Amino acid sequence: MSSPEYWTKPQPPDAAGSESPPGSPPAATAARPTAEQVIAGLRATSEGGPDLVQLLTPEGERVAHPHFDIDITPEELRGLYRDMVLVRRADRESNALQRQGQLGIWVPLLGQEAAQIGAGRAMRPRDMAFPSYREHGVAWCRGIDPTELLGIFRGTDHGSWDPVATRFHPYTIVIGNQCLNAVGYAMGQRFDGRIGDGHDSADAEATVAFFGDGATSQGDVNEAFVWGAVYDAPVVFFCQNNQWAISEPMERQSRIPLYQRASGYGFPGIRVDGNDVLATLAVTRWALEECRSGNGPVLIEAFTYRMDAHTTSDDPSRYRLADELEAWKLKDPIERVKAYLHRQQWADRDYFEEVDRESDALAARLREFCQRMPVPSADRMFSEVYANGSPVVAAQRDEFLTYLSQFEQTGGER
Amino acid sequence: MTEVDVRSRPRATDGSATGQGPGKVTIGKALNLGLRAAMERDPKVILMGEDIGRLGGVFRITDGLQKDFGEQRVLDTPLAESGIVGAAIGLAIRGYRPVCEIQFDGFIFPAFDQIVSQLAKLNYRSQGRIRMPVVIRVPFGGGIGAVEHHSESPESYFAHTAGLKVVACSNPVDAYWMIQQAIESDEPVLFFEPKRRYHEKAELDLSATPAPLHSSRVLRPGTTATLACYGPMVKTCLEAAESAAEQEGHELEVIDLRTLSPLDLEPVYESVRRIGRLVVASEAPGESSIASEIAARVQQECFYSLEAPVVRVTGFDTPYPPSKLEEEYLPDLDRVLHAVEQSLGW
Repeated sequence: MSSPEYWTKPQPPDAAGSESPPGSPPAATAARPTAEQVIAGLRATSEGGPDLVQLLTPEGERVAHPHFDIDITPEELRGLYRDMVLVRRADRESNALQRQGQLGIWVPLLGQEAAQIGAGRAMRPRDMAFPSYREHGVAWCRGIDPTELLGIFRGTDHGSWDPVATRFHPYTIVIGNQCLNAVGYAMGQRFDGRIGDGHDSADAEATVAFFGDGATSQGDVNEAFVWGAVYDAPVVFFCQNNQWAISEPMERQSRIPLYQRASGYGFPGIRVDGNDVLATLAVTRWALEECRSGNGPVLIEAFTYRMDAHTTSDDPSRYRLADELEAWKLKDPIERVKAYLHRQQWADRDYFEEVDRESDALAARLREFCQRMPVPSADRMFSEVYANGSPVVAAQRDEFLTYLSQFEQTGGER
Repeated sequence: MTEVDVRSRPRATDGSATGQGPGKVTIGKALNLGLRAAMERDPKVILMGEDIGRLGGVFRITDGLQKDFGEQRVLDTPLAESGIVGAAIGLAIRGYRPVCEIQFDGFIFPAFDQIVSQLAKLNYRSQGRIRMPVVIRVPFGGGIGAVEHHSESPESYFAHTAGLKVVACSNPVDAYWMIQQAIESDEPVLFFEPKRRYHEKAELDLSATPAPLHSSRVLRPGTTATLACYGPMVKTCLEAAESAAEQEGHELEVIDLRTLSPLDLEPVYESVRRIGRLVVASEAPGESSIASEIAARVQQECFYSLEAPVVRVTGFDTPYPPSKLEEEYLPDLDRVLHAVEQSLGW
């Protein structure tokens, strides 16, 4: 039943509830999850496994861990809560902006706030991040305003933030490419003497490569593991396992839990509850310190869930049941922190209302900004193709701009 | 366009500090000297590749460099081409100037994704905030009797990709200067080396003035027809011109293109306007190739000067054949002269 042949041709049950015979053509609208998809998806809701590092249960109970505990002040925890609420609000607003035609597409992070804020807040300013394309929460932690993400999805730029100043590389859309780039950067950190014993820890550095469960099947990610290992690169491989690579569940990518792959490459792998911001913060801090002290790389599998579609162009109802989402809602990354803050009396109603007001203001600012984003002028197309320019591109630009200017002069339209 | 002037910097010390120069050297040795000079000039220049350290590379181009510069500047990498280029990109972001060796032309394809998706586009994506001073050295072309994947000419793939610059050297003097110019450039450069010519020798004068990296050059003036070529075909075309002069009294003008992206076609246009007949020679298959691009642009720029259609003499549009057939596959002196006859007979 789980053969690839069966998988690539999902066949909906017929009216009587029995499945079509193998080999029969798929129905024109194979629009319902198969039994395998349902089982795989639901299994993930209960399988963190015994190695899952957790410090805050879904119910908001603080639990101890022998290796990865963390001291957190009320102010710090309120800060993490605020980060997650604001990032979620920016994500929901951007999703709505796509629905209203203001963005061409949006890539939701809903459900992955704890994984991203935990990892992002574990990083120091000198550390470098290589994101995939869903890392809006990490971007937030690197000081990138949510408005700076919009250009990619509105189609006005390929990323407008300064990757050098923020130490947050441009979003990488080809799956897994950035992991090798991150390793190269981390090799440079090592070559520059930024890690290891006797080094002033204040200016020690490390790199974090962000990628997803689907990316772990890519050659580049596996090569990155090899390179990171043989060059002792100070790189944290931070995999957000959100259970779904568009429509494909984990068992299409791996026979074993992803964190266990690390041992095959010769470095530690840790599975953390990616919906637990405290655990993610603790584990990533530890991993970064390992890297800065010369003991990299480290693989972290943040076990989480993509609560929305892959992108606004995707329809998850074709491959997973709503029950699954309901089960994961009980593990919501924000609710457990709110419950814990309440229980500890570290935050009162005024605080929560203030964060809500702040998120309303952020959403309004995002909307306002988005609607006023100018369409770039045609010459932008030809800009910075080459660092030193190219006579070919320059000639094409000049010819095309001259062509366009004819319409301006005559007042006509193309 | 900014052209790098490598002459303004300190020079190689490999026996040349006295200004006498190394004398006659092979293309392989010239590349080695050029790499050494670049590494001495800039500590951020690092070499990466398979077997390039202790072994000195399968063609010995990096011979002795790891011994002199250490394992952190000459990296024997894991056997993973995507890793070589992918890691080089990260190192470039960090401020290094990596020079990658792809062992053979046909092994570049695992790295194709990193080259096309990241290396070529990061300057554009970041609008100049991330420069990519990465050189990818590729021994290319056939004629060495090798098994499959060791004799290919993949330069058109890269010339077709915006964001990459592509050059090919044909002689020791160019090899020495062009590799240094490529390394000093802030742009990604695919650097094609004519592997079957690695042992060709020429006098290397270190006090000479190098031509700009992205310029083509007339190697032999003529009046009967123009031969445009690059890489390993340059020697073939020069020999064809010699033969045509002796046998037929034809004076063929030979132009070494040197830069494939961007092409520098002004010398070609000038030549065609004066002579009226052009043959483009390359080992690569002719369809959608550098030769095709030249033919298209010459007919656009020199339409009224042409006495005959542009003739392309290239490898065939087949996979590279088993090596017992490569003498037939590769355009040789006779096929080049036959192409010239086609042009003259029009």
